[in-house]
Amino acid sequence: MTEVGHRYRAAFAASAERGDGPLLFPFLAAGFPTPAETPDLVRAALRGGAAGFEIGVPFSDPLADGPVHQDAYNVALAAGATLETALDAVRVARAESPDAPLTLMGYLNPFLACGPAGLDGGAGDPGSAVGEPLEALARRASEADVDGVIIVDLPVDESDAAREVLAEHGISLIYLLAPTSTEERIDAVARQASGFIYLLSLTGVTGARDQIARDLATFVGRVKARTDTPLAVGFGISRREHVLQVGEMVPAAIIGSALTATIASAPPDGRTAAVERYLEVVTGRRSETTGE
Amino acid sequence: MSRESGAFGPFGGQFAPETLMPALAELDDAWAEAQADPAFAANLDAMLRDYVGRETPLTHAERLSEQLGGAQIWLKREDLAHTGAHKINNALGQVLLAQRMGKPRIIAETGAGQHGVATATACARFGIECVVYMGEEDVRRQALNVFRMNLLGAEVVPVTSGARTLKDAINESIRDWVTNVRNTHYLIGSAIGPHPYPVIVRELQSCIGREAKDQLQEKIGRLPDVAIACVGGGSNAIGLFHPLINDPVRLIGVEAAGEGLDARHAATLSAGAPGVLHGTRTYVLQDEHGQITEAHSISAGLDYPGVGPEHAWLMLTERAEYVSVTDDEALDGLKLLSETEGIIPALETAHAIAYAAKIAPSMSSDEVILLGLSGRGDKDVEIVRDALAARER
Repeated sequence: MTEVGHRYRAAFAASAERGDGPLLFPFLAAGFPTPAETPDLVRAALRGGAAGFEIGVPFSDPLADGPVHQDAYNVALAAGATLETALDAVRVARAESPDAPLTLMGYLNPFLACGPAGLDGGAGDPGSAVGEPLEALARRASEADVDGVIIVDLPVDESDAAREVLAEHGISLIYLLAPTSTEERIDAVARQASGFIYLLSLTGVTGARDQIARDLATFVGRVKARTDTPLAVGFGISRREHVLQVGEMVPAAIIGSALTATIASAPPDGRTAAVERYLEVVTGRRSETTGE
Repeated sequence: MSRESGAFGPFGGQFAPETLMPALAELDDAWAEAQADPAFAANLDAMLRDYVGRETPLTHAERLSEQLGGAQIWLKREDLAHTGAHKINNALGQVLLAQRMGKPRIIAETGAGQHGVATATACARFGIECVVYMGEEDVRRQALNVFRMNLLGAEVVPVTSGARTLKDAINESIRDWVTNVRNTHYLIGSAIGPHPYPVIVRELQSCIGREAKDQLQEKIGRLPDVAIACVGGGSNAIGLFHPLINDPVRLIGVEAAGEGLDARHAATLSAGAPGVLHGTRTYVLQDEHGQITEAHSISAGLDYPGVGPEHAWLMLTERAEYVSVTDDEALDGLKLLSETEGIIPALETAHAIAYAAKIAPSMSSDEVILLGLSGRGDKDVEIVRDALAARER
């Protein structure tokens, strides 16, 4: 088995060498608007310049997401999306792009539902108890060649068993840090991180914002002072100028709600074209002002 | 007092977004400091006595016991607390805690509106800004409670996501908290959520069990044989059970079986599976893919697809039993208590009465059932009238 996090390392190293950063990892809600369309949207994003993906696993109760992703998940679930839809998206991306880092992003409960109840002996603490149910997720994700998993509601404090079981299958547990994270928490994440660390640009839920948070540089500086793990910034990024600003600070940017909104507002037969075009704009392959 | 970890065996924990973790640590610290500060307890006790009206009475339900022809049933009268339910015990305690932390803004979720009214009440008493999230469907069903909260100076925000009920109101409260965590305290209404909430809420509600135990001792010189309470999130039940955990008392939690366990219901422990919802590992109503399913109960206060993690632990360790009662049986329970004792209970409480009525006849007349009468039924009379009328047809 290959080493945990190898595709992330290779992608960040190659990007640094090219000097054309930051890498853009779009977030794509699996199954939105329908599971059947997800493969074509993945291919369109890759054509547009996606360096990898966060593939969102739909959940009925996404408590850290704003209205755009809430709606997208509801639509996806109504259309029959499951974890398998997300794994299919990973397989499509992997077939197109053997080296792209591919990350699943979701909430704990649908991941736990892959496996058994996790009540063996009734012993242990809650963080340890999720290890057993997550084993099944790790196996399925590994078979699809997933590089990492982001679990929004699994903070570092409860993550030991989850991280170990994922690592046994060659998968990184990708941690999140927020502007409210203390130095102590940053250190705890830095000790365990592999792949990259996902920095939330702001204190709030997902959703496009007009401007990058003013205190982002301070936050990024606090984290950089305590780790060498590559950082990616997400939440609130929607425009080329945001990507460039973020690129001054970190080697990767994540775009979520703005891409979802692009899909939602495109005509049904124009969704793949809209995704490709939007990615071209935010990666700088196409000029934003002229649209050409 | 040593600090609790928040783990109830494999249940509980802190499954919260990173943004909230420092606030949960701050809350845990503030709670530990408050527990160690005699002034906090003195202040809270004075408020509970002079404002809430504690201790609440313990009433011997003589006619009910006689009619059922078995065990003697004693009612712990939380319906007589200010605002008409046990919810005020927790709301007041947490408002005092928020004051200690210097948080000028309080948010809360509410289903039927009881916790929202209790929170708005406590915030009014201390002049704190209060925002209550309530599912749009519940806003419609409980218009009078919305007006009550407005009278108390709270802002009620209708929640339009999901099924527009309690679960969605909690999601929206958490989203607000993620956004405004630096100046806001989330005053969660049941013994659910990430640590330290299940511990804080249980401790603030334990006055129910402590008082009842003392009162029963004083009146009949003994412990109850059985303690019964309804369970949605489970705050009144854990408040009644916890002081009795080391005593030889059978503990029974009664969940809402709604239209039946094979139809729409809210019996999380009876028919759910382990999972993670709203920051805690517990039993959850969910489908095979881990998506949370809608709960249903005639009682809005029990209409929740999760349950407090300590109840999950008490069930796993077989220290407590969890049973369920249908909408129909609860209606009968409500009528029974109204007609025999002149007490119209909340529909939530009616579930506990219905189950007590099932087991009391097979018990002897010198055995004792302690029943947590969690709230009064004024809020439910319209729903009850409609439901009884529908049953007549």
